[in-house]
Amino acid sequence: MTLTASAKPVSPPRPPAVRRAWRKVSPYAYIAPFFTLFAAFGLFPLIYTAFVSLYRVELQTPGDMEWRGLGNYTALFGDEFFWTALRNTFTIGVISTVPQLVMALGLAHLLNYRLRGRTFLRTAMLLPYATSVAAATLVFAQLFGRDFGLINYVLGLVGFGPVDWQTGTVASQIAVSTIVIWRWTGYNALIYLAGMQSIPSELYEAAEVDGASRWRQFFHVTLPGLRPTILFTVVVSTIGATQLFGEPLLFEGSISGGISHQYQTLGLYMYEQGWGFFHLGRAAAIAWVMFLLILVLVGANALIARRRSRKEAGR
Amino acid sequence: MTALAAPPTKQPATEKAQVPGRRRRKSGAGRTMKGGKLAYAILIAAVLVSAFPFYWTIVAASRSNADLAKVPPTLLPGPNLIRNFEAVMEEADIGKALVNSFIVSGSITVGTVLCCTLAGFAFAKLRFRGRGALLAITVGTMMIPPQLGVIPLFMLIAELQWVNQLQAVILPGLVSAFGVFFMRQYLVQSLPDELIEAARVDGASTARIFWSIVVPIARPGMAVLGMLTFMAAWNDFFWPIVALSSQEPTVQVALRQLGGGYVHDQSVIMAGTLLGTLPVLLVFGLLGRQIVGGIMQGAVKG
Repeated sequence: MTLTASAKPVSPPRPPAVRRAWRKVSPYAYIAPFFTLFAAFGLFPLIYTAFVSLYRVELQTPGDMEWRGLGNYTALFGDEFFWTALRNTFTIGVISTVPQLVMALGLAHLLNYRLRGRTFLRTAMLLPYATSVAAATLVFAQLFGRDFGLINYVLGLVGFGPVDWQTGTVASQIAVSTIVIWRWTGYNALIYLAGMQSIPSELYEAAEVDGASRWRQFFHVTLPGLRPTILFTVVVSTIGATQLFGEPLLFEGSISGGISHQYQTLGLYMYEQGWGFFHLGRAAAIAWVMFLLILVLVGANALIARRRSRKEAGR
Repeated sequence: MTALAAPPTKQPATEKAQVPGRRRRKSGAGRTMKGGKLAYAILIAAVLVSAFPFYWTIVAASRSNADLAKVPPTLLPGPNLIRNFEAVMEEADIGKALVNSFIVSGSITVGTVLCCTLAGFAFAKLRFRGRGALLAITVGTMMIPPQLGVIPLFMLIAELQWVNQLQAVILPGLVSAFGVFFMRQYLVQSLPDELIEAARVDGASTARIFWSIVVPIARPGMAVLGMLTFMAAWNDFFWPIVALSSQEPTVQVALRQLGGGYVHDQSVIMAGTLLGTLPVLLVFGLLGRQIVGGIMQGAVKG
């Protein structure tokens, strides 16, 4: 406080009025580069998507727009493959997210022990995160091969017949989910580990004094302490699952997500409509539906989290 | 006044500097507990699962297609690596793709770090009208996947006649709401207001303060943001395959082409995958520790 007061008498090199005016304006110069790009390539496309979804726009002539009203949406809801894609997005989302986060929690718990080679273990677990969707999917597509894939070979050793990972609905969705799980489990484990390390150790000491077992400590100290972190990972994974695209596209290389669309997700369906069938307007409608879906899911997550913590507080 | 000139202690560095005994008491849960044999066994199994696909890529890329169809499968690298590299260079132009990816990811990294440090500094330390609202918009859109804007973005790029040109991928890639938020948090924590006040009293302009005080202090944060940005740009998939084609591919575009069914030789596909992944693996091998630190820091702040 005194610092600013004593600073006033010192005469600045520029007239104070000019200087003060410049100081009011100059901050905008610092945010201008970001906000110019952000407005042009971030905000504008997101908002304009809703507008485009009301028009007929063809890929070859994106300049010509013909008003369709809600026509793109009615066409969308009348297409059985939209509902298939919606269902697939949901099931693949559950199959990939739930085991991923549960395993990540377990691994984080183990990584939180005092360990030799701690840095190595953490780095090695993050390795899949560094690979691209495309690379990971091409490798897993090979491993999941029906006739000569390594995974079917190993399953054969323990007496399971060869699984057709491409044509079976459940099997193909499990295969696609496996790629997601492989890429993201280590990343989430590190996020959880960071959350665990910020839980004050006094809580554990108090629990120990009260005679709580390790198991009880995990459930009554670690998990409640991790709640914001868990909510964060659930939200991020939900958003990721809603727009899943690269894995189903490259699993067999077809934009329809398998012969009977058995693992086509909404993201892939949007790509098929836009860049396979050239209906950009229709694709925009799908993007907008995905956006609303994300809003609903994230809102539901936050609501559940808040209700749970209120319940906890009431106890 | 002179005491203020001393560089502020940075949060991330403290963990290493602490005395082991104190550190144990300070941080959470199981740190006091030594990992048992079972813990090691499970963790090593997880590491093997993480690493195996990489090993398998090397095996498959160095074999012939016929080798890959053998039962029982071959699990050791073979002699065909160079030949498969040559084949994939010819069939998918991975060489050009690598060069393009370096140009794209490099430009995006430099541009993003610069834009985000400037904006992050303004949001952290400067006072101006609309600061709160602009920051809220930035953070609010952080969670919205850019994939949802690809259609208007494509129309815009088509209008500008940029389809199939690298700037179509570079310019939209510079927008990182996360980066602005990350740099803001970093500077709020590690740049004391007193330091800026002192410089102002000495008559330094804001630009001078930015280059001589903010940037040196922000450097570790900029490095972490740079690494994360580079990896994300290198691995970005949806937008490049929309905006570019095989005439001007990035690595991911070339891999999509490889997986599109035109190349049937699995060992050639794996050779392409290996080439496309090597640069990120190299970055990761050199800086893995810092990347792990960056992700964990970001998690606590986020």
